[in-house]
Amino acid sequence: MNEEIPLRAEGRRERDTEYENILKCIRCGVCLPVCPTYEESTRESESPRGRVALVKGLFEGTLQITPNLERLLYICLDCRACQTVCPTGVRIGELVIAGRVKIEEEKTKQPLLRKALRTAVFDWALADHSNLELAMVPARLYQLLGLQSFVRTTGILKPLGKLDLMERFMPRLPARSLRQEIEEVTPAKGDKKYRVGFFLGCVMSTVFADASRATLNVLTRNGCEVFMPKQIRCCGAPLFSEGEHERPKAMARKNIDLFLSADVDVIVTDCAACGAELKLYGELFDGDPEYAGKASAFSAKVLDVSEFLAHLLETNPLNTRLEKTVTYHEPCHLAHAQGVSKAPRRLMEALPGVKLVEMSRSNWCCGSAGTYTFSHTEYSMSFLDAKIASAVATGADAIVSGNPGCVLQLLYGLERHNAKMPVLYFSQLVEEAYNAVPASARVEQGVAAGPQGSATGKGAGSGGIR
Amino acid sequence: MIDPRIVTELERIVGKKRVLTASEELAVYAYDGTWYEERPDVVVNPMSAQEVSSILQLAVRERIPVVPRGAGTGLAGGSVAVQGGIALNMAPMNRILEVDTVNAVAVAQPGVVTQHLQEAVERRSLFYPPDPASLKQCTIGGNVAMNAGGPRGLKYGVTMDYVLGLEVVVPNGDILRLGGKSIKNVTGYSLTQLFVGSEGTLGVITGVTVKLLPLPRARGVALAVFPEMARAANIVTVILGAGIVPSTIEIMDNTTIKCIEAYVHQGLPTDVEALILAEVDGDEAAVRAQLDEVVHICMANGARSVNKATTTAAMEELWLARRSVSPSLARMRPNKLGEDISVPRAAIVPMVERVHQIARRNQLTIALFGHISDGNLHPNILFDRRDPADMERVKKAAEEIFVAATSLGGTLSGEHGIGLLKREFLPFDLSPQVIDAMRQVKLAFDPHNILNPGKVFPTGEGGLPIPRS
Repeated sequence: MNEEIPLRAEGRRERDTEYENILKCIRCGVCLPVCPTYEESTRESESPRGRVALVKGLFEGTLQITPNLERLLYICLDCRACQTVCPTGVRIGELVIAGRVKIEEEKTKQPLLRKALRTAVFDWALADHSNLELAMVPARLYQLLGLQSFVRTTGILKPLGKLDLMERFMPRLPARSLRQEIEEVTPAKGDKKYRVGFFLGCVMSTVFADASRATLNVLTRNGCEVFMPKQIRCCGAPLFSEGEHERPKAMARKNIDLFLSADVDVIVTDCAACGAELKLYGELFDGDPEYAGKASAFSAKVLDVSEFLAHLLETNPLNTRLEKTVTYHEPCHLAHAQGVSKAPRRLMEALPGVKLVEMSRSNWCCGSAGTYTFSHTEYSMSFLDAKIASAVATGADAIVSGNPGCVLQLLYGLERHNAKMPVLYFSQLVEEAYNAVPASARVEQGVAAGPQGSATGKGAGSGGIR
Repeated sequence: MIDPRIVTELERIVGKKRVLTASEELAVYAYDGTWYEERPDVVVNPMSAQEVSSILQLAVRERIPVVPRGAGTGLAGGSVAVQGGIALNMAPMNRILEVDTVNAVAVAQPGVVTQHLQEAVERRSLFYPPDPASLKQCTIGGNVAMNAGGPRGLKYGVTMDYVLGLEVVVPNGDILRLGGKSIKNVTGYSLTQLFVGSEGTLGVITGVTVKLLPLPRARGVALAVFPEMARAANIVTVILGAGIVPSTIEIMDNTTIKCIEAYVHQGLPTDVEALILAEVDGDEAAVRAQLDEVVHICMANGARSVNKATTTAAMEELWLARRSVSPSLARMRPNKLGEDISVPRAAIVPMVERVHQIARRNQLTIALFGHISDGNLHPNILFDRRDPADMERVKKAAEEIFVAATSLGGTLSGEHGIGLLKREFLPFDLSPQVIDAMRQVKLAFDPHNILNPGKVFPTGEGGLPIPRS
């Protein structure tokens, strides 16, 4: 490495056991005003502070598992906005997951269909990347996950009513996944500066292959040799949030081995949800005789693509100029779960000509939250409507974001409100900037192109998602 | 367990969905911002004064305790249902009914979050000054019930200075509409003010009318480093003596500074005895002049250095230390007991000395900070609740702090209220005759003692109530 990469600049964490962490809640209520479900309901049981009390009751045995308690723990978006503001470092979102784990563990009777779907999704589809791609052909990942989640929360027949929503929600899929398409090692363009491990997430590879291709292009253009192991497994996040434990840990071990043995300088992902999970591997294997050290070494190398690109473009500024106004929707998995809020803004500011107009409540959840759109449609749509309204109010040319769950949700919301705004991943914006007019030629071309000078960048390959 | 018949009646009053009895619903209304925890038997979410009236009449008939609550952020245990009964959750009544710019008043339901009210009036260039630290999450109804204060106390006063009118439901079911939009009002007893700070023991607040001021155009902040505590504590008198009334003067002692620095790593000097943060507001030119004068006064009266700021970002940077006090202390030890004694200005220096003596004598860490301009100090005792020896020392130190404050002519509570936490110490501060007069008032409104029983008045159990778990 010829330049030091600022690893984990934002979002340091403290370590303690779940129960110790619960006891840190001083009930100040600072989390109340940042919680979307509390704002919607003004119910303490739907607030972060209330959830800590619920999980505490579960741990201490003063509360029994009831259908209502289960319902309450699953209403949480797991957006972790509460964790960002908690003055004493209570990891509320993670405690909710711990509560869900407890519920799942203690449940003895599982409806047959639910069990079968769990096996189908978790053991087969997510366990191996190529199976996932097979699964995409008939059922599509999100539908599968959504259906699975529905059966859990609402029984068996009800989900049929929401198949229509799922159908409209899904964008058209590329014919081939990116993982099938690219080589395991893509050489750097020009001098090689870094060897980068690219954690290409399941949804990015299958649903947003164009965006991840942009990530690959932007990385190689910046002197990165990109390593993307074909044997890559799901990061484990969808399984953990459903209360699973052992199965995702097995996947994590495989991922750790794959990337560590490849001797990469840094592990980059353009999926904020994957990144949040990957950064937690170190904690996940705390005390594990074989994997503790390896997992920490792995997690220490993980960066969101916005963090890495901000570093690259600040050290090697672009010589092009892209006249574009953008607004930024902060993925919860980036802003709250990873504590990364400044780097994406630094990245956008590093692009000459790009103007960032902040939307109100940029770090509020869009309502996507895994499969929340389908499991809690009413709440989800309420959060989405508010999000689209604040994005549109900025008058920006595009929304920039960095998580597939958010992007799917935003696209659906824009369509629902008949708003014409493209949604760009960080890498797509950067690639567009690369393909824009060279800064030196700007004056001439700017006159020719008139006020719509930014049109030059379009049609150059990357563009928006729609 | 509450009688199912009563639950049915409550459901008839407010609707089935707004009555909660599941243990997981009760568990989350068992606490406020303190360590106390006691589950109510039922949670009821009324949406109007009429509903509250029916609930209170039912409660009187059945002799069921009723504990009103806002956001449950209080620091005195005031909204904990220590005797079970009905938790009356006022948070869903959260509409701002009117911002009247001609009369400069706002009318709000009790569940309106204080900051929402402030933002709503500031959009019209008006100003609601009371600023309790919890303003982002606490409710205006709770503020009125506890007569909440905040850093702006000296220049702008506290909640009671802004309440012009109230709608209150009393236990016999009457809905009292008190005061109104008039600034001056001496018609009859000021029942409005009686209900301010009544801690949910006399009536349930269902509507609040507050007076508003013009929004100051500018602000300026100074952060001064004082090697000597005595000179820092004395700075309030000097600044006021020079004819300047800052909106805020805050103090942080050496223990507090060390805790903040350990958490924020802001580069604060940990070798000094105190930091003073002062804020001035008003017209731009006046702010600039006053800020310069404050800096000059601090330097001439023992400060080692002073930083000043007038831009939002720079001011926030200076405020960072003060705003980080609570989280920093919370990370030092598992628990903290935050007191809020208030003393006359002349007693600030001796009070600070006493607190430091109490900490040494009881081998406890006590961080001292607070709103020094109005004498309202927050000695925070840091401890571990799981350690019984620690708890004994905490009980003793808390008591000694109350004795010190009252013997210096001060009072038990400047802004948190008495609630459960300080009820046994009431006789330290008030004579038996005064307590008796207060009991008479309580009896007049609530003869069956159904409203927030077990609060404010001493039970004779003595000392700081320690929760069971």
